[in-house]
Amino acid sequence: MSFACIFVPDFPVETLLRVEPELRSQSLAVLEGKAPLQKVFAMNENARRAGVSPGMSKMQIEDCNGLMFRARSLPQEAAAHAALLDCAQSFSPRVEAAGCDTIVLDLAGLMPLFGPLPKIARALSRRASDLGLEVNVAVAGNPDTAVLASRGFSGVTVIPEGREAEQLGSLPVEVLFGNAIQESAHLLETFSRWGISKLRDLAALPDIALSERLGQAGIHLQKLARGDIARTLVPFEPPLIFEEVIELEYPLVLLEPLAFLLGRLLEQLCARLEARALATQELRLDLELQNGYQSDESAELAFRPPPHGLFTRTLRFPVPLLDSGMFLKLLQLDLKAHPPGAPIVRIHLAAEPVRPRAAQNGLFIPPTPEPEKLELTLARIAGIVGDDNVGSLELLDTHHPEGFCMQHFAPELSSPQRHRDTGKITNQQSTDSSMSLCLCGEDLVTALRIFRPPVDVVVAMRDGKPACITSKSKTIQGEILWTAGPWRSSGDWWEREGWARDEWDIAVQGETGIALYRLVRDRIEGRWILEGTYD
Amino acid sequence: MSSLPLVSTAALGRPVAVAAGAEPTLGFKRLSAMPKLAGLTSASRLEMRPTPQMVSSGVREIDMLTGGFPRGCLTEVCGPASSGRTSILLATLAAATQRQEVCALVDISDAFNPLSAAAAGVNFKKLLWVRCGGIKQKSASPQRHRVTEKNPKIEKPVEQALRVTDLLLQSGGFGLVIIDLGDTPWKMARRIPLTSWFRFQRAVEHTATVLFVISQVACAQTCASLLLKVSGKKLSAVSSQLSTETPTHAQLLNGLQVRGEILRSRPERKPVGSVTTEFATRVRTG
Repeated sequence: MSFACIFVPDFPVETLLRVEPELRSQSLAVLEGKAPLQKVFAMNENARRAGVSPGMSKMQIEDCNGLMFRARSLPQEAAAHAALLDCAQSFSPRVEAAGCDTIVLDLAGLMPLFGPLPKIARALSRRASDLGLEVNVAVAGNPDTAVLASRGFSGVTVIPEGREAEQLGSLPVEVLFGNAIQESAHLLETFSRWGISKLRDLAALPDIALSERLGQAGIHLQKLARGDIARTLVPFEPPLIFEEVIELEYPLVLLEPLAFLLGRLLEQLCARLEARALATQELRLDLELQNGYQSDESAELAFRPPPHGLFTRTLRFPVPLLDSGMFLKLLQLDLKAHPPGAPIVRIHLAAEPVRPRAAQNGLFIPPTPEPEKLELTLARIAGIVGDDNVGSLELLDTHHPEGFCMQHFAPELSSPQRHRDTGKITNQQSTDSSMSLCLCGEDLVTALRIFRPPVDVVVAMRDGKPACITSKSKTIQGEILWTAGPWRSSGDWWEREGWARDEWDIAVQGETGIALYRLVRDRIEGRWILEGTYD
Repeated sequence: MSSLPLVSTAALGRPVAVAAGAEPTLGFKRLSAMPKLAGLTSASRLEMRPTPQMVSSGVREIDMLTGGFPRGCLTEVCGPASSGRTSILLATLAAATQRQEVCALVDISDAFNPLSAAAAGVNFKKLLWVRCGGIKQKSASPQRHRVTEKNPKIEKPVEQALRVTDLLLQSGGFGLVIIDLGDTPWKMARRIPLTSWFRFQRAVEHTATVLFVISQVACAQTCASLLLKVSGKKLSAVSSQLSTETPTHAQLLNGLQVRGEILRSRPERKPVGSVTTEFATRVRTG
């Protein structure tokens, strides 16, 4: 049996470097607490060499040259932990979260899939690096040995079975306690007084004498030092939550830097989804806005700030997608059309996971627009004509002449279609139907072109029928040559917007010939309108 | 080196007419026999454009007249109001959606009637409807966005329609893209730059998309591979009962009697003399 452990050294620092990788080469200290009592919580190796240690106050380290400060971010630490879990679960289904910075995997049965143990360990390290985290990976015959080795040795370590005690012997006793080093200060002090500094020294102590002085806790520690503990993992089933959060040091007022940060978050989100062989059909963006912001005409984001300080946008796709570039473009277009209205202090991005689509194109199915390209095109068109003026339409169950609504355009898959009027099933036509005749086999339907808005007209009546018509703009006027009607209709009388109308078909001599119109008298408002023209 | 003369001396100085697709002449055969000129290709065969694939227009009479509408080309139908243009548009749309092709309609005047389309058999799930003229462009300076001052020839809905058409054609995958200029005044439609039509024509070339335009007068000029002019017939064909003694509620609009004429047909050589067809539309509710 083999187990691997992924350990992130200086975890709070690493989570911040995940979103600001340019700081990796600099000295960085993470502060916790409220100003002015902020204290150092964690630091990277460069800061440690510069003399920074945990517990120092901000004032004490302000004079250090080249030292950068950042506040501790719990949401980012949670996101990094979730990313680590995704990374581990992309290799093995049996994963234990031994700490926020430590993940243990059971490697049983993985060698035929991923290769020998060193290769698996390197792959784990590479995958974690893709997620923005520099980790230590150790492989051993039992979970606790793997944990100790990952804490003590940097990079990738493989401990052959039977050599645990030998390999762990050189590590300091502090690795036994991990993040609980403060709580175990008395044990460390005891070991220090005994002259025990390395694990091999602890492993060499006599069992009975150790148990008499430190009890079962001491025996447990000795077994850990010897690499002699075998236990089963406590598997962890994380909920399928894919979220990325970033808290900003300074409020963002421009869309360009926001797009840069969104791009980074989207790349990480997509990498996590891909690691779990998932895609997404919904993206939700929550932007926390600066409180008490006064709208400024010059700021790009200043436009009708919402009252509650949280600005939310949701993008839904007709098919599962996983393209960070396309998501970024769609978010940019959406934010350009609906700007937040105030500077942004926090960004929260969440993706709803779904199974990816498995589309197989047939040889005889007509080509359709690619979903990714189509979504981008629709977003661009919506930016030109408005969200409500592009899409497919659906007829409503009403007799009202404008009884339809606009929907998001999502072309359905090809299928045999039942003809609307005749009830015949027309088989799917291939694109090679070059000379096929009219499909319905009946006369052509006369189309009515609608005037939106309808044209107000003045109608002179003679013998109870329209005789002469004049529009307000004088573009349509003249003697009515022929009239048919009226046909009376009404509806929705039980609603507030009831309607009642008389319809006439008329022929009017125009400049280019006889034009046929539909003339309507609104019986509720008492006005005459031209609804459309037969063409 | 061959001792035979390459070209007969009698032919020198005299123009020679070579029919397109004719067999290589003797002189050309001798030329291509030379090792250095072995790869020589006859100029008449350098580029042979394939005949575009034709698809049904949805109207039997138009299919018999023109052979259908060509893919990868621009087809234009022009005519005055009540001439039957929109009826042809709906029939073409119904035929395309029933072929399971995804279609797009760029509606400049927002004149599309869903009820007529439903009666014609259009599958709305396959139709993308873009209604132009709906959004007012925001501007810090009201002066700057008075486009009419800088370019008074093109109004905003037409501008939107050109940009939207560009996006749709670049996106690709549509079987039919329709630009409805039916209610756009002809003076405004004529002002659409020829470069726009060229760009659209090049965008659909070598694709399976049919670009279909309806307008009051021909706008696309030489960019249209097929130009069809339609006109309505006299009032007497409109209703079956035109007697003034018949009460109006007994009168019924039968439909339109449409006369179509090919003005230009690039896929096939335009026949000598005008070729026309006539067909009727019927009023039907969904």
